[in-house]
Amino acid sequence: MTIGIVGYGVDIPRYRIKAGEIARVWGEDEARIIDGLGLSEKSVPGLDEDAATLAVNAARRAVRHAGIDPQRIGSIFVGSESHPYAVKPTATIVAEAIGATPDLYAADHEFACKAGTAGVINSYALIKAGEIEYGLGIGADTSQGRPGDALEYSAGAGAAAFILGKERVIAKIEHIYAFTTDTPDFWRREYAKYPSHGGRFTGPPGYFRHVMGGVKGLLAKAGTEPKDYAYAVFHQPNGKFPRAVAKQLGFTKEQIEPGLITPLIGNTYSAASLIGLAATLDVARPGDKILVASFGSGAGSDAFHIEVTDEIERKRNAVPVRLVITNKEYLDYGTYAKHRKKLIM
Amino acid sequence: MRPGLPLLWRRTVERYNLVGSRCETCGTHFIPARNICPKCRRKGKIVPYKFSGRGKIYTYTIIRVAPEGYEFFVPYALAIIELEEGARITGQVVDIHPDDVKIGMPVEMVFRKIHEDGDEGLITYGFKFRPVNEVHQ
Repeated sequence: MTIGIVGYGVDIPRYRIKAGEIARVWGEDEARIIDGLGLSEKSVPGLDEDAATLAVNAARRAVRHAGIDPQRIGSIFVGSESHPYAVKPTATIVAEAIGATPDLYAADHEFACKAGTAGVINSYALIKAGEIEYGLGIGADTSQGRPGDALEYSAGAGAAAFILGKERVIAKIEHIYAFTTDTPDFWRREYAKYPSHGGRFTGPPGYFRHVMGGVKGLLAKAGTEPKDYAYAVFHQPNGKFPRAVAKQLGFTKEQIEPGLITPLIGNTYSAASLIGLAATLDVARPGDKILVASFGSGAGSDAFHIEVTDEIERKRNAVPVRLVITNKEYLDYGTYAKHRKKLIM
Repeated sequence: MRPGLPLLWRRTVERYNLVGSRCETCGTHFIPARNICPKCRRKGKIVPYKFSGRGKIYTYTIIRVAPEGYEFFVPYALAIIELEEGARITGQVVDIHPDDVKIGMPVEMVFRKIHEDGDEGLITYGFKFRPVNEVHQ
């Protein structure tokens, strides 16, 4: 049975702040920050944007790309660590706004940066079980970093929506694998505005152990090697980690470059690996194999083996990720602080 | 003052998806939806209609002294949009500096946050408009 991606869409706010502008306020050395994080600017949500609006606009693009009647969508799972409500689902807002209600399964997910891929897997499973025809998995975030913290330079905003199904599939999902442990690398307590993290502890025991565990498990399951893939997409909390993990796993710069979007818009958390996959599918050709490995602190990695079909040539994404990113307006730190509600009124 | 929950809820579909109505007898579109066609009266046949969301700016004003809840947005453009089906609707124009807004400018619907009832109340979502460019299709 072929199950795969039938359409996808992204939404990225048009506002940006440069790393140099944040560094100026906190007395940091701009060049050191840019070199250390591998990114020079990040996306900032508009005053009227949140994880729900980004999820809706991404989902609407995905529905248009898939060319399906939204009433045939049987599941919507929205992954985010910045759901607008603590209690009241984002998924129902998306379902109503794309016209998929009321005959569907819907829920919100939270698993730091991998809640989006968790939603993709849930929809995949419902399709495989024969319960639904089409399913939606969305990652959407407007993440916050504590002012002055290293995270403030990278915490961006964006969403990606993937519609899965069995007909007119542009990319088959052939294998999935997940690697999960209890690791305290990054967290945010209830009612806390900003997350806390373990600094360097987020690296080897967090990101690297889990992404490598996810990828190695997937390669073993699929019986493949890194060279079998045309492209690879890794979770990208900054511009450095995905490049380093690719090198350690034996993937080349050419394999990861099309899906490396964080250097341009920051870490979009639950959306990051999915936006990377969308940008990769924008340029992929029939027959290409793509490996995707997300990462969520806490911690875990979802890995996917994806194969692009001939259908992609008949159904190209009308709004490529790298085109969406070109629409931008820069903010100074004061306006950014207003946008992110960092001001005490 | 906060509108009642039933009223907000009844208008969800209209606000999320720009759903109004259409008279099948004369072909006129309405938003907000009308139950009776003012032209055809008793001969009119009204059905729900989902607008495409595309249109152009019919006229606009720039808000510099905002009502409660919109203070952070000033200055912002509030426009009457003539939808491609002919009906006109008021909405905020976003993702553009208000000085760059022009009459006749093509716009399209975008899903945004309309209002937040303080820190604990309901968040209202719905349509706003943004300029059409190659990025927005």
